[in-house]
Amino acid sequence: MITIIDYGVGNINAFYNIFKTLGVEVSIARNSNDILNSKKLILPGVGHFDYAMNKFNESGMVESVTDLVMSKSVPVLGICVGMQMLATYSEEGKLPGLNWINADVKKIDSSLLTQTTRLPHMGWNDILVDNNNPLFHNLKEAPRYYFLHSYYFNCKNNDDTIATSIYGNKFTCAVNHKNIYGVQFHPEKSHYFGIQLLKNFANL
Amino acid sequence: MLRPRIIPCLLVHEKGLVKSVQFKNHKYVGDPINAVRIFNEKEADELMLIDIDATINKEEPNFKMIQNIASECRMPLCYGGGIKNVQQAQKIFSLGVEKIALSSILIENPNLITEIASKVGSQSVVAVIDVKKKLLGGYEVYTHNGKISTGINPLDFIKKIENLGAGEIVINSIDQDGMMNGYDLKLVEQVRRSTSLPLTILGGAGNLNHIENLIQIYGIIGAAAGSLFVFKGVYKAVLINYPSIIEKDKLIEKTLKN
Repeated sequence: MITIIDYGVGNINAFYNIFKTLGVEVSIARNSNDILNSKKLILPGVGHFDYAMNKFNESGMVESVTDLVMSKSVPVLGICVGMQMLATYSEEGKLPGLNWINADVKKIDSSLLTQTTRLPHMGWNDILVDNNNPLFHNLKEAPRYYFLHSYYFNCKNNDDTIATSIYGNKFTCAVNHKNIYGVQFHPEKSHYFGIQLLKNFANL
Repeated sequence: MLRPRIIPCLLVHEKGLVKSVQFKNHKYVGDPINAVRIFNEKEADELMLIDIDATINKEEPNFKMIQNIASECRMPLCYGGGIKNVQQAQKIFSLGVEKIALSSILIENPNLITEIASKVGSQSVVAVIDVKKKLLGGYEVYTHNGKISTGINPLDFIKKIENLGAGEIVINSIDQDGMMNGYDLKLVEQVRRSTSLPLTILGGAGNLNHIENLIQIYGIIGAAAGSLFVFKGVYKAVLINYPSIIEKDKLIEKTLKN
């Protein structure tokens, strides 16, 4: 049973429909009661870091979600800004992050890019994955995912990085620390590769 | 490495999909949901869906239709048509759309871009600019499906809306729309020089060589097309099509090597 945290930010329906199609039991949580019996959590997110943090704080779900993730080791997958929220803080905003993973969020250094378009990093990019991580099991060769972001997740502990991509610099595009997972790209909008990743998360 | 995007652009008119020629003579090409399903199967990079009735009929965006399409869509979706305020924009995002396209409102109320961008981030705010050649040279911005001329120079306009917080520019050539004889590269060149924002070109693609050509010159760019992905053959039979991953990789091969 997967619970998608709906705090008013991100594409809830897209995840819901993919899990339905995969035959995975799925529910949507809009308050802390909906969270109680969750076995796995999806934390979506788009837009500005502070806007997303604000909405999550206002949702009344932060405490129960934190309890599940940090005390009860319930697996969680943060998506895009939902991944960035796992960090301690972000250069983009003033509000503190959830601080579940020792990392900060920095703006992409675009000075190394040669093309006219610099930011956001938008479109399909190749990623290099740690094949041993269950999130990337059974992927076909040359995985590529859809990205849309200007800030990246900067792990303080290199072992937490489970996939990287290159845009100017190499950066962490997927992270795993204990039961906590995050991906910078949008698996819900990345066709086969995204669906396989979500399936892997459901099978954890 | 980051790849250029190849984007089908679908027009919604009276609940069906249509394709125009120079913004006129709309031909029915099918059902929107069905088309989205086919583009899912073909793994399209991104999809653009424009409701060409909403602004003309002074209607709100059709949220029900947007929701149906967004939940079916397995690729990033950009919706445009009839968005006139922040509430509508936020509602559309909440339905599962990644980007919203603004067009006529850019001229009527340019500050709306800033307002929306501050809520959802610039990266999700796309400015679609319909341009037409002027008789004596140069280009002009049009709105309301090419019916209203604004007297505005697109290059000045792009700079203005970039400053206001737009995150991506789509240039739609009215002259090339449905002609299938190639993009207006002269226009692309001028536009590319005037902005560093992500740029998508629409209007004129008639075969994959046109797309390959655009990508070879400009590298990371969005190559959008309507007719190319809904018609097949000289008689323009309706057949939804899109290059396979292998074909796509071939198209961008030379760019990837650079």
